[in-house]
Amino acid sequence: MSLITVRQEGLYCEQGGFYIDPWRSVDCALITHAHSDHARSGANQYVATHVSEGILRKRLGDEIKLQGVEYGEKLKLGNTWVSFHSAGHVLGSAQIRVECGDEVWVVSGDYKRGADPTCAPFEVIPCDVFITEATFGLPIYEWETGEATCRQIYEWWQSDLERPSLLFCYSFGKAQRILGELCKFSDRPVYVHGAVHVLTEIYRQVGVKMLETICTTEMPRSHKYIGDLVLAPPSAHRSTWMKRFVQPQTAFASGWMAVRGARRRRGYERGFVLSDHADWSGLVNTILQTGAKTVYVTHGQSEVLSRYLCETYGLDALPLKTLFEGEGDI
Amino acid sequence: MLRDVFLQISDIPEWLFEDCYAHVGDSAETIALLLRHSPLEAQEKRDRPLHEWMEKVIPQVKTVQSEAELRDLVVSWWASLEDTEVFVLNKVLTGAFRVGVSEKLLVKALSAEYNLPESVLAHRLMGDFEPTVNFYRQLIQTDSEELAPSQPYPFFLASPLDEDRFQEENPTQWQAEWKWDGIRAQIIKRADEVFIWSRGEDLITQQFPELVEGFQSLSNGHVLDGEILCWEGNRPMNFNALQKRLGRKSVTKKLLAENPVHFIAYDLLEHHHQDIREKPLLERRNLLAELLTSFPASLTTVSAPLSFASFTDLQELRERSRQQGAEGLVIKAKDSPYLVGRKRGYWWKYKVNPMSLDAVLIYAQAGTGKRANLFTDYTFALWQNGELVSFAKAYSGLDNDEINELDKWIRRHTIEKFGPVRSVEPIQVFEIGFEGIAESKRHKSGISVRFPRILRWRKDKPVEEADTLQTAFELLTASL
Ligand SMILES: [Zn+2]
Repeated sequence: MSLITVRQEGLYCEQGGFYIDPWRSVDCALITHAHSDHARSGANQYVATHVSEGILRKRLGDEIKLQGVEYGEKLKLGNTWVSFHSAGHVLGSAQIRVECGDEVWVVSGDYKRGADPTCAPFEVIPCDVFITEATFGLPIYEWETGEATCRQIYEWWQSDLERPSLLFCYSFGKAQRILGELCKFSDRPVYVHGAVHVLTEIYRQVGVKMLETICTTEMPRSHKYIGDLVLAPPSAHRSTWMKRFVQPQTAFASGWMAVRGARRRRGYERGFVLSDHADWSGLVNTILQTGAKTVYVTHGQSEVLSRYLCETYGLDALPLKTLFEGEGDI
Repeated sequence: MLRDVFLQISDIPEWLFEDCYAHVGDSAETIALLLRHSPLEAQEKRDRPLHEWMEKVIPQVKTVQSEAELRDLVVSWWASLEDTEVFVLNKVLTGAFRVGVSEKLLVKALSAEYNLPESVLAHRLMGDFEPTVNFYRQLIQTDSEELAPSQPYPFFLASPLDEDRFQEENPTQWQAEWKWDGIRAQIIKRADEVFIWSRGEDLITQQFPELVEGFQSLSNGHVLDGEILCWEGNRPMNFNALQKRLGRKSVTKKLLAENPVHFIAYDLLEHHHQDIREKPLLERRNLLAELLTSFPASLTTVSAPLSFASFTDLQELRERSRQQGAEGLVIKAKDSPYLVGRKRGYWWKYKVNPMSLDAVLIYAQAGTGKRANLFTDYTFALWQNGELVSFAKAYSGLDNDEINELDKWIRRHTIEKFGPVRSVEPIQVFEIGFEGIAESKRHKSGISVRFPRILRWRKDKPVEEADTLQTAFELLTASL
């Protein structure tokens, strides 16, 4: 009998009586991070890291019943010991370690290994069974540092100061990471779409250092943003909101931008390769470092990565069907 | 064929290559992406010009005798190129090379062909695009419409100084002015109204009520070109102060008081309803000075002309920019007309060099991500009383070869390890550039620098000759 199994509602731990990132209503939900495909409404009781509390409440409602924990703090749930450990993905993101008897399982949630000034770095947690994501589980995905990519973003912005520079990126995590990295290159305020603004303010409340931001709702519609950088979620691309920008240069920051076809299809002028997920080396190295003999692979390229782990490292690796559709790193 | 060459030299299994290819949809690109995992024996990177590749290098594929020879040839090319270059080479080799054209480039081309300002074309291309003859005719029509009173003139812009070319000029035919980091703008007084236009062809009148009020007494039919700056005493405030004034829905009293603006006039384009842009600069400037004598100096001043007798004089002048709060010089031919856009040869901009110091590498730390196994984060120090005091951390401004070389050097010259940080023998000197310097109680050195970066590896410089903290303090004083 496995310690963690897949049920209709999500990843379930019977010994502990809880679900991890369930996609349906359950009694007790442990949440790895506040992205919408991992944190869904409807649970009677949530457990998540203290740091992610602000964003979880913003997304799921102030009234949710939420128990906040520190990284590394041990909780006794049913017959299990449970702890949350930094995943380096976004503010407050965690891997969840579950110990029962002499067996240790770790559910990675989403994670990355590259440095990010806006969240705590990934921590390797030794375990027997590792449930890993594989959003970018192909060797064509190999990231530069966030700093190097943000330097390219800065240079792109500076390369045309005669029109607005519109950079689309996921509003939770990516936008703040860019604002954090850009502190190394500039001190000019950056304009942000309302969706980005709300989340950025929550980051500021917990003391994350980022460039000063001005929300576009504070500006009249006629403002032209000449030479300004504006951050917006991808949903705003080609929306009515975007019509206020005359002849902007547009770009998209995402791991998917590593491939030219993806850049072309989405219709942005520039693509910056910046992801909050682990790249191929990050995935393979992390899996080896945990020492896990059994690996379950979810998200994206689960078939490819598990086959590679079996053939190359002799691990007992299997794809795990879940309903995490992934924010797909947009 | 490229695929087979790649599989022979890579440890990526064929099925995985196929999965990657299915995802990317282009074998040239798949190989370029995957090659990053299969480090090839680093070859000397030679910067071969494109025509050499096309005329000499690539045609070698036609003369090879065997598959093995062909493979070695291709692999040697891959080894000598960066990721994106490998991709382009692969595209050329597979005969699938094509180039897309951006809208900006299209505008430039149309502008060159039909002698229309880029701004006009860009404006006409806004909104929906119809692929019809009529649309095209309208796009390129040259007859101008009736001028609205608020209509500005296209701005004339300075080009970066071509030093070689400029040294042959006679300095007496030129004048310099400080180059300010503000909003370049035209102030127009026509039909009893003041209009202010920014260089982005944006009507910004509402945002500067004090300028509107101040220039109300200018008589009709005048157009000034100049710079709007936030001003305090006799120097400009940081650009950030000005940015706070831009585009606000309402300009509050507080904003007006905290970030007061000033207009530095550069030029006069229209004088008593006459377009005088064809007149020589000196003549326009005389009319400008005369026109503005009756206006208070707190509102507007004419940009001071600076003369110089030689190129050396000019360089010295430029070094004084920072003391003025300026970002360099604009140099104008005294007889230059006011042209459109960026025509070279009449107006040059000569920006100040970034501040820099020669400092000694004392600590190194490994990077993250792709560079996790390389030392790419450095701490630099300056001399003080025979000791090195750390003064700045810089992310790499070095190229890949230099990073590799320095990484090897660091490994061989480590003194001590503290966690991920290593202290190294104080031998290597680097020129560190930065945007600004300020006093800081938090730093041991007593100073902090803004946006430090490596400009050059000074292999020629012995460590004793690196700069002292004293020199840094002199820079600090000079920039105040
Ligand atoms: Zn996520």
